[in-house]
Amino acid sequence: MLTIAGTEFRSRLFLGTGKFSSSAVMADAIEASKCQMITVALRRVDLENPDDDIMSTLGQREYTFLPNTSGARDAKEAIRLAKLARAASGTSWLKLEVTPDPRTLLPDPVETLIATEELVKDGFIVLPYMNADPILALKLQDAGAAAVMPLGSPIGTNQGVLTDAMVEIIIEQARVPVVVDAGIGAPSHAAYAMEMGADAVLVNTAISVASDPVAMAAAFAKGVEAGRDAFKAGLGAANKEASASSPETGKLSTDLGFLA
Amino acid sequence: MFHAPDFKQLSKQIAAKTSADVEAALSSSRVTQDQLAALISPAAEPYLQQMAMQSSEITRNRFGKTTQLYAPIYLSNYCTNRCVYCGFSADNLIKRKCLTLDEAEREAMILHDRGFQHILLVSGEAESAVDVEYMEAITLRLRDKFAAVSIEIQPMSTEHYHRLFLAGITAVAVYQETYDRDMYKQVHLAGKKSDYDYRLETPARVAEAGMREVGIGALLGLSDWRAEGLAIGNHLAWLRKEFWSTAFTVSFPRMRPATGEFEPLQIVSEQNLSQLIFALRLFDPDVGLIVSTREEARYRNGMLGLGPTRYSAGSCTAPGGYGDADHEGEQFSVGDHRSLEEVCAAIREKGFDPVYKDWDCEFQTGMI
Repeated sequence: MLTIAGTEFRSRLFLGTGKFSSSAVMADAIEASKCQMITVALRRVDLENPDDDIMSTLGQREYTFLPNTSGARDAKEAIRLAKLARAASGTSWLKLEVTPDPRTLLPDPVETLIATEELVKDGFIVLPYMNADPILALKLQDAGAAAVMPLGSPIGTNQGVLTDAMVEIIIEQARVPVVVDAGIGAPSHAAYAMEMGADAVLVNTAISVASDPVAMAAAFAKGVEAGRDAFKAGLGAANKEASASSPETGKLSTDLGFLA
Repeated sequence: MFHAPDFKQLSKQIAAKTSADVEAALSSSRVTQDQLAALISPAAEPYLQQMAMQSSEITRNRFGKTTQLYAPIYLSNYCTNRCVYCGFSADNLIKRKCLTLDEAEREAMILHDRGFQHILLVSGEAESAVDVEYMEAITLRLRDKFAAVSIEIQPMSTEHYHRLFLAGITAVAVYQETYDRDMYKQVHLAGKKSDYDYRLETPARVAEAGMREVGIGALLGLSDWRAEGLAIGNHLAWLRKEFWSTAFTVSFPRMRPATGEFEPLQIVSEQNLSQLIFALRLFDPDVGLIVSTREEARYRNGMLGLGPTRYSAGSCTAPGGYGDADHEGEQFSVGDHRSLEEVCAAIREKGFDPVYKDWDCEFQTGMI
């Protein structure tokens, strides 16, 4: 079972709530995905209105809400958004997003680290969205991040895990859970991230803009499960040379004749 | 804090491994702790050649065609511990000596003139003879003359390690001797060293203090060497997770004859030792693996490039032994008596480059 900041999750698929055609479709897709962690952009929620669509649709169910600071361009804005999110929702969980470039929405490593340090001190459970930079992941972990969320490829691009070489290092080194976020465009991408040993994946666009978001959500659930099972079962290494399924022995060459 | 797994459980985990487990480990891109158990199991013995090949490939890839060289300087053989296997044990009636700072510097300069740039300062564990002030003073004297000065002395506090780091110490080695808690008790009869947990926590304190490199290891010959290997792997993996900016090395001291006539409790063959080295290399491609002059020249020559990355050379294990040919009071007798030049010649003959210098104390942040 996946544990983040002492909370256990049966599902290793996290969902984003943007871009759905309606709140009803979103609710059905979330249901079909069996996910237990949902991220919501604070900027999309009308805090003044208790009947706000997203909150009223999801509010009745048993999810862990992960408010995010989407739209924040620097640490100061992110911290402000985080505090508003906590006041409004009552949860200390936070997906930290600091994205100064509105075109690519790539995360700012410097501001993200500064904001993480501040917010952890302030009692937040911080899950920072970050580029797939292993040293940054370790620094965020040391700053007290509850998990790290490296991107697979630029957000919304459906390109899959282009950063796999770096994500692999992050998974190997991090003590905190690694959630691959952004760019996951197909269940096979999610499976691939999970096969590498990621603790979870966060998917949004690939589900919300699918022709049938509900069916796609279910497909992602299977992809995540298959990938996790394969990781646990232990994958063989890829090899450039062919190797027989039933190998003949005796063609090895290292000379160990010196051994007494 | 690192919790050492139950030693008997480790032995069982290893004994249960089959050739299918070994083959799965050998074809895995990232060897897990459980796969390490397979690689050091009896089931892996028929695969020694293949392990050697893979180990050599990884080692070359990560470390290049090089072998690093260092020499130990024994500062003192005073010791307050009673360890049944060690020549320095407080019980043993040997000539005790603690080098003065001048004497220690003279010994160091002998090694310096022989071409060494990396020295390892070693001492028995007696605070009254060798304490942090002594170590700081000798480090300040030596740091301009050597590229790297590492230590293998009694466990210290984080604060003291940090002081030595600031003085210019680059690395600390502290071996658990055995991860087998019961055996540890039996062979460490008295002294501070009889506290298993304090010793086990020492590598973490060293890393916390900011040292660039920490050496861990076990003395092979006290308990089940396979389980020691797996415990080392577990400890190493834990340390890597906790201290990601620290480099780690592992040593494999096989028990040598020492004063006190202690016979190894377990025979560890060269085949066994090699299996352990290859397995750890496959488990951790980046860990430094050290083979000292405890091993014979034939073995060390054969192992060049197959997994180990650092050799000692021309070593004497008695305080003052480099300057005084008639020294006595050794910790153990060495197996490889060649000089630095001879070891270097053997390294070059294999097509490898002997590396004397890989760092400089002067680069260290916070130097006084």
